Formats: sequence, C-alpha cells, structure tokens
Amino acid sequence: MAKKHIQTNINGDTCDFLCEPNETLLSVIRGQLSLTGTKEGCSTGDCGACSIMLDGQLVCSCLTLAVEAEGKKIDTIEGMSVDGDLHVLQKKFIEHAALQCGICTPGFLIASKALLERNPNPTETEVRYWLAGNLCRCTGYHKIVEAVLDAAAEMRR
Amino acid sequence: MSDFVAYEEKNLKTIGSRPLRPDGVDKVTGRARYGADINLAGQLYGAVYRSPYPHAKIKSIDVSSAKALAGVKAVITRDDFEDMPSQIIPVGELAANFRDITRNVMAREKALYDGHPIVAVAATTELIAKEALKYIKVEFEVLPHVIDAVEAMAPDAPILHDDQYTQSEIRVLGSDSIKEAPSKKPSNIAKKLTFIKGNIDQAFSKAHLIVEKEFTTKPVHQGYIEPHASVASYTEDGQVEVYTCTQGHFTIRAQCAKLLGMEVSKIKVIPTELGGGFGGKNNVYLEPLAIILSKKSRRPVKMVMSRNEVFRASGPSPAGRTRVKIGVDEDGNIIAAEAQIDMQSGAFSGCPLAQTTITCFTRYDIENVKVIGHDITTNRPKVAAYRAPGAPVSAFGVESVIDELAKKLAIDPIDIRLKNAAKEGTKTYYGVTFPQIGFEETLQKAKAHKNYNIPLKENQGRGIATGFWMNIGMDTTSSLNINDDGTIAVTVGTIDVAGGSRASLAMMVAEEFGIDSDKVRVTTGDTSQLGFNFVTAGSRGTFAGGIVSVLAARNAIEECKVRAAKIWNVRPDEIVWEDGYARPASSNVGPFDPLSLSDIAKNATKTGGPIAGHCEKNVQGAGPSFGTQIVDVEVDRDTGSVKILRHTIVQDAGKAIHPAYVEGQYQGGAVQGIGWALNEEYIYGEDGKLQNPGFLDYRVPVASDVPFIDVEIVEVPNPYHPYGVRGIGEVPIIPPTAAIANAIHDAIGIRFASLPMSPPKLLKEISKNK
Repeated sequence: MAKKHIQTNINGDTCDFLCEPNETLLSVIRGQLSLTGTKEGCSTGDCGACSIMLDGQLVCSCLTLAVEAEGKKIDTIEGMSVDGDLHVLQKKFIEHAALQCGICTPGFLIASKALLERNPNPTETEVRYWLAGNLCRCTGYHKIVEAVLDAAAEMRR
Repeated sequence: MSDFVAYEEKNLKTIGSRPLRPDGVDKVTGRARYGADINLAGQLYGAVYRSPYPHAKIKSIDVSSAKALAGVKAVITRDDFEDMPSQIIPVGELAANFRDITRNVMAREKALYDGHPIVAVAATTELIAKEALKYIKVEFEVLPHVIDAVEAMAPDAPILHDDQYTQSEIRVLGSDSIKEAPSKKPSNIAKKLTFIKGNIDQAFSKAHLIVEKEFTTKPVHQGYIEPHASVASYTEDGQVEVYTCTQGHFTIRAQCAKLLGMEVSKIKVIPTELGGGFGGKNNVYLEPLAIILSKKSRRPVKMVMSRNEVFRASGPSPAGRTRVKIGVDEDGNIIAAEAQIDMQSGAFSGCPLAQTTITCFTRYDIENVKVIGHDITTNRPKVAAYRAPGAPVSAFGVESVIDELAKKLAIDPIDIRLKNAAKEGTKTYYGVTFPQIGFEETLQKAKAHKNYNIPLKENQGRGIATGFWMNIGMDTTSSLNINDDGTIAVTVGTIDVAGGSRASLAMMVAEEFGIDSDKVRVTTGDTSQLGFNFVTAGSRGTFAGGIVSVLAARNAIEECKVRAAKIWNVRPDEIVWEDGYARPASSNVGPFDPLSLSDIAKNATKTGGPIAGHCEKNVQGAGPSFGTQIVDVEVDRDTGSVKILRHTIVQDAGKAIHPAYVEGQYQGGAVQGIGWALNEEYIYGEDGKLQNPGFLDYRVPVASDVPFIDVEIVEVPNPYHPYGVRGIGEVPIIPPTAAIANAIHDAIGIRFASLPMSPPKLLKEISKNK
C-alpha cells in the first residue's frame, strides 16, 4: 500500500507526514511526530485520553484517520502553554490538585478548553456532562470540576 | 523499640500546607513520560497471541508461518521458559509460586482463561506484529470450564489444576494455628483459612436478635487509564534494561530474574510515570516476554496492551460469595459474628484471602468471631490487588447486616457502630491489639456532619458504612544528597502511584531540615540506584517512604552538624539544628553566626566531601486507618437508576501531610466504590469468554454520574510515624457498596445483596414489590 502524503498545521507549525491509509491520527501524532502528550487509553473512543482539536472540533484522535487531517489544523496538549505561560486551565488543574496519575489530564484539558471556548460560563452540571466522555480513575472528578469552574471564572474576569 | 520511629508532636511549618505538586507541570503539558511514551532507537513492536478459550489443552503450536512473515524478527512460546516446580519461593520481599507465574505469563500445558498468552511475536511495525498473529496455528482440545467461584467449589466442577489440593489452616486466637491434612482429591479450592475467637455457638444461643444473609460481589477491574506497557533492551553481554509502568520495579526485577534464570544485577528496571495502578500493576505480565523477544531479536522490543487485553488478561479484583451472621443483645451490642467468604482467585490460587478475612469484622470489638475464607481457582484471569484487596467483598455483607440489625432494633446506624467500635486496646481476632486508632472519631464526626441531618424526600434514602485497612510498612529505601547550593535531592524506591507522594516526601524532608519544600526534589530511582524496595501498595508510599526519607534527612542533618563543628572548630554535640541552620547549642560554645544549609554545602569539599544521608529499612508500625461514609441516593422507580445525591467521607489520616492529596485519595477511592456498587462487573458468556472487555460495556463512573464528594479529614496520629501518618489510600473504596445498598433500602425498602445494583436489577425488584 502506498503511503499518503498529508499536509497539516500542528500547534501553529506546518507539518507534513506520510501515513498508511488505515493509520489513525493518534498513531501518527504519538508515533512519527513524537507528540506523546496525547494518550491512548482504549483506542475505541470511550476514554477521551486521546482528545485533540481538529479544525476547532473536539475529536478522539484514536477514531480519526490520519488522512482525514489533510489541510487541517491540529491542536494537541503540547501547544496549550504559550511562550512559557501555562494556560489558565493548566494552572488551575495544578492549583486544585485536579490531577493525580495524570494520564487522563491532557485529554481533560483539551476537552475543558473546548467547553470554555463555546460556553465561558458553564454550570457544574454542564461541566460534568461535557466531560462525561473523559474517564478519570484517580480523582472522582471532584477537583477536576472545581478546577474547570474556577478557570472559567478567572477567564471571564 | 528500635524498629519503630516514634511520633513527636511539634509545631509544623510545611506539613499540613498545600504546595503545588512537583509533577504538576509535566502532567499538564504532556511532558510526563508514561509506559507507552518510551521509545528506544531501533525498537521492534511486540504482540501477543491469546487463548480464545477459557479452558483448553494446548496440543501443538505452529509458529513457522508467522516466523516467515517479512518483518517478523522473533517468536516465543512456552518452549522459551524454563519450567519451575510448585513451591512458594521467597523472591525479594515477595513469596510467590513460580510454577504459576511462569504459566500465567505464557500458557504451558493448558490455556486457563480467555486471553491467556500463548505466543508472542516481535516485528518491525505494530501492524506486522498484529498481522503475524493471524499466521499462528494452535491446536486446542477444549475442556469444560468454570467461571463462577461457587460453582467451582462443587464436587463435580471442572478442575483447573490436577495437582492442587485444598490446604486448610485454622487460627484460633490464643493458641497455635492448626494445619489440617490436604484434601484427598484435587480441588479448585486452593486454600481454606479459618479464624476463631471465643465460642460463637454459645454466644449465638444467647443472642436477642440474629441477622443472617448471603451476599454476592462481582470481580471488577482496577480500570487504570494507562494500559500496561514495557520496553526491554537486551545487550550482547547478557544485560537488560526494562522500562515499565509498575508499582514495584524491584519486584518486577526479582520476578524476571527468577523466571529467566538471570542474575539480579544484570537486570535494570526503570519505572516510568505510572498512569494508575490501584494494585493492578504489582505483577509481571509483559516484562518477561519483552526481555526474551529482545534477547532473541537483538533489538529493543516495545510491548503495549490494548484495552481489550487489559480487561481479559490483567487484574481484576477478587470477589465472590459472602455469608454473614451477626447476633446482638437487647442493646445492640454485637456478641457473636460469623462469616464465610468464598472468593475467586482466577486461574491460579492466591486471592487476598488473609486480607479479606482479617478485615471482615475488625472494625468492631467482638468477643466471639469465626471467619472462614476460601481461595478458589476459576477460568478467569489471575486476580490482582485492587485498593484494599478483598476488604470491600467482606464489608459489603457485614455493613449491610449491621444496617439491618440497627433498623430492627430502631437504633441509629451510627450509634450501633459507635456502641461496638474497635478502639485502642481492642484485641482483634487475628491477634493484633490496636494502638491508638481513630475509628470512634470518624463515627462521631459523621454523626455531627451537616449532611447527616439534611431532610430526605420521597424515593431518597441515606446509608452508612465503615471501612478498615491495617496498612503495611515493608522494605523501603531512600537516599538523600545535599547539593552544593544547599538544595536537596532525594531518591526513593517507592513509586508515586498518583497520590502525590513525591510532594509529601519532599514536605517531610523539608520539615526535618526547616527549609521550604520547593528546595527538596524527590525522584523515584531505578533498581540500580537503591536497595530493594517493596511494591508501592497497601498504602505504604507516604507512610514507609516518609519514614525512610525522614531518617535519611536526620542522618544528613547529623553530618551537617559535624561539618559545622569543623568550620567553627568545636565539638558536634555543641551544635543544634534549628529552622534550617546549624547554631551553637549555647552561648558558651562561641559567638558564631548560624550556618545555613547552603553555607555548609558550599564548604563540603573542604570539610570532608559531599554530604548525604540514606536509610534502608524494613519499616514497622503501620497505623490502621478507619473511615465512615454517608451516602444519600435517589432511586428512579421508572428506570431503576440510582442517583448519588451526596457522598460524605470521614476518615482518619493520622496526619494529612498534604490535605488536598488526602482529599483526592478519599474522593477517588469512593467513586471507584460507587462504580463497583452500581455498574461495574465482568460479564462472561456461556462460552466462558469475557463479553465486555472495553470501556463502552464495562462502565466506570463518569463525571456526570457523581456529585461533589464531601470530605472531613480526622487526624488521630499513628504513634509509630514521626509525623503521625497512616496510609489512607485503601479505606475509601470499602464503604460505598454497603453504604449505597443501605441507602437504597432506606429509600425504597428493598435490600440488595448482589452487586452491581444496576438499573435492570432494581427494576426487577421494584416491579416485584409493587
């Protein structure tokens, strides 16, 4: 099978890669692009650890073929902190102890950022339902929800 | 007494505060490297061919076509492992039957569960490795299987191991333990363990009220989000480096050395950041396979489990049938208690039988107790520890029966527990006499909690349950170096299993020195850097890691005093260490300005060389932890679903080094308990295959399933830790199953004795009771 040549923009930089037609975007991101901040927890779209933004849409990169990224803009966790400054959500996750083992954290941050972009003032219930596609086995979600609500409040200021 | 490190009450600067965790930035930026994030130059990718049958003789294995596939570099089977005799061998600090371990990592005569490894391959790409599995031909003779623990006890059940006979031991409090002759016929019951205190028959005959019931719990998976992953690189001179996500890199090394016949010093295990374990990452799975594949292919080999493989071939928790009988007098004092716990251990014996039986009634001070536990092999993956392994299995039944007794006697459910609560001086049925513990305090504070008095509406109910875990110490190592600028590097052998132990250990070291905790950097060392360190489990990380790090700090402080004495030309005993400075012990010593850590460190070369401290210790004195939880639920009578309205945890931490991380452990453990109570279970078909090996059908709680979890930390210091620490990670998962069952009973008057209490089960019972 001939490899496909794909042109994208990842975290603000243009990025070309060759991939198999049946390869997932997650496999390319973690593999040849070495962006291992995006995690693989299930490969079936159930855990949200592989969440990325594809042209402004929150997607599971394990369910996205790499060839689908042609001409699109990809945002991963590695692009979240800008010029050495952590994003408010990143700061609040640390401040609120909203992470323990941390394997789900990149997915939660990407998903939370997507939420606050469309809804800057979510209720607790809206946060909980938006994040229901991201599994965390350590925290019981309490401090994650607190961190997202606090980040939203700070970003509205 | 030298085995114990005594608690000292003192004014604390750092302990009890909430500094930012040192691993925080790495984890929010994607820098933290977990098992599957490690890549070595030239690495191959491994894949495992697994049994599609729950029980089958392996008549032949043909790997010739797979080997011939372009890109396949190595193929291994049972022939690549030496057989081991059936005997319990001490290895490191672990005693294990290597006959079983070698058969669990690679099936030998038989496949014993759906997912049992039979062949492993290494190839140049993941796709080729997976493709190669299709070319493997295994000839099976399918055998009858048994999935359920109780069915496996039946005399006519299919037998997993022809050479397994029931070993029976009776421990009578106050006398020697009795070992009975093994069963005459092979049995799936590997072990029977009985504890006896007093005389239950006599006591039950005098009881005012007896409640007796049978309960069923289902095995659940630890559900860590990070699948198992290992990378091994074997060198031409017979050494190997293994990167792996584990709770115990030293035991991984010890087990690999034994399984592969290698010297311990030839194996270096480097633990990666751990993406959750909860007891499920204590054992070898991929590591020995990756090492042999690397040895054969002369290339590094990376292996990562899929989620399907994680469910089918790692974990799960123990579970089974629990029969509970409790007798009380007119006032609700428990006078006799009896339980039988029949627990499945999966394909090989060794479920946490002792832990389950000794935690069964131990929250209460009872004169007459009998507990019987059975360890039962079934055609399922070998069980692994899961947070307070076994304790939720017995507590579900015991705490449900106590609730029923309270209801029948019209006593408040907290009052009946307070009446019977274990306290300092209580002699348990397994022989331990409790030192200072905080169980009564958790009950009193739960009763006084505002959530205990919130009025409930129709279809809402409130449930109480409690939990206990003894906690452990074990072999633990720490090495501390003072850097030339006066900052401190601590290397420990315990893994930060997510709770933030790097932060907590840094805080304890900082407290000892009297400096800020951000001047102390704690790292987990690999196996070449420290002495043997037991797996980070049983809630020992902050307790035992804390003791050795405190002792290493004290060691280094003594050396700092020696160096200060040299600088001032006085005797070391004329110097005290206070608030980060060496000071003259009195004005008679001389008019010296205090020396800071950096003053002493920068002169280290002149005063003798680098300054360090270290400690290697079999840590004793783990303080038991107790907790009480209050759960409010609302039952939807139309759908059978249970909504958690409020969940309140009151638990003794001894001392919360970093309160936010203690809260996090309580909340996370409780939500795992909610999952066990309401949704989670392994579902097997008639064919013995696991039907829900994925997060879609194996449903762990999500954010919208749970409310905020209220926490109250009780602090009754452990007398055997310098800061009073008790392990706290295990207890929070114990109470939820019974607390939720009790709350459902309170809401709709139906008592559920079988987990999970899922909507179909509730609907069935609700319609029956209409």
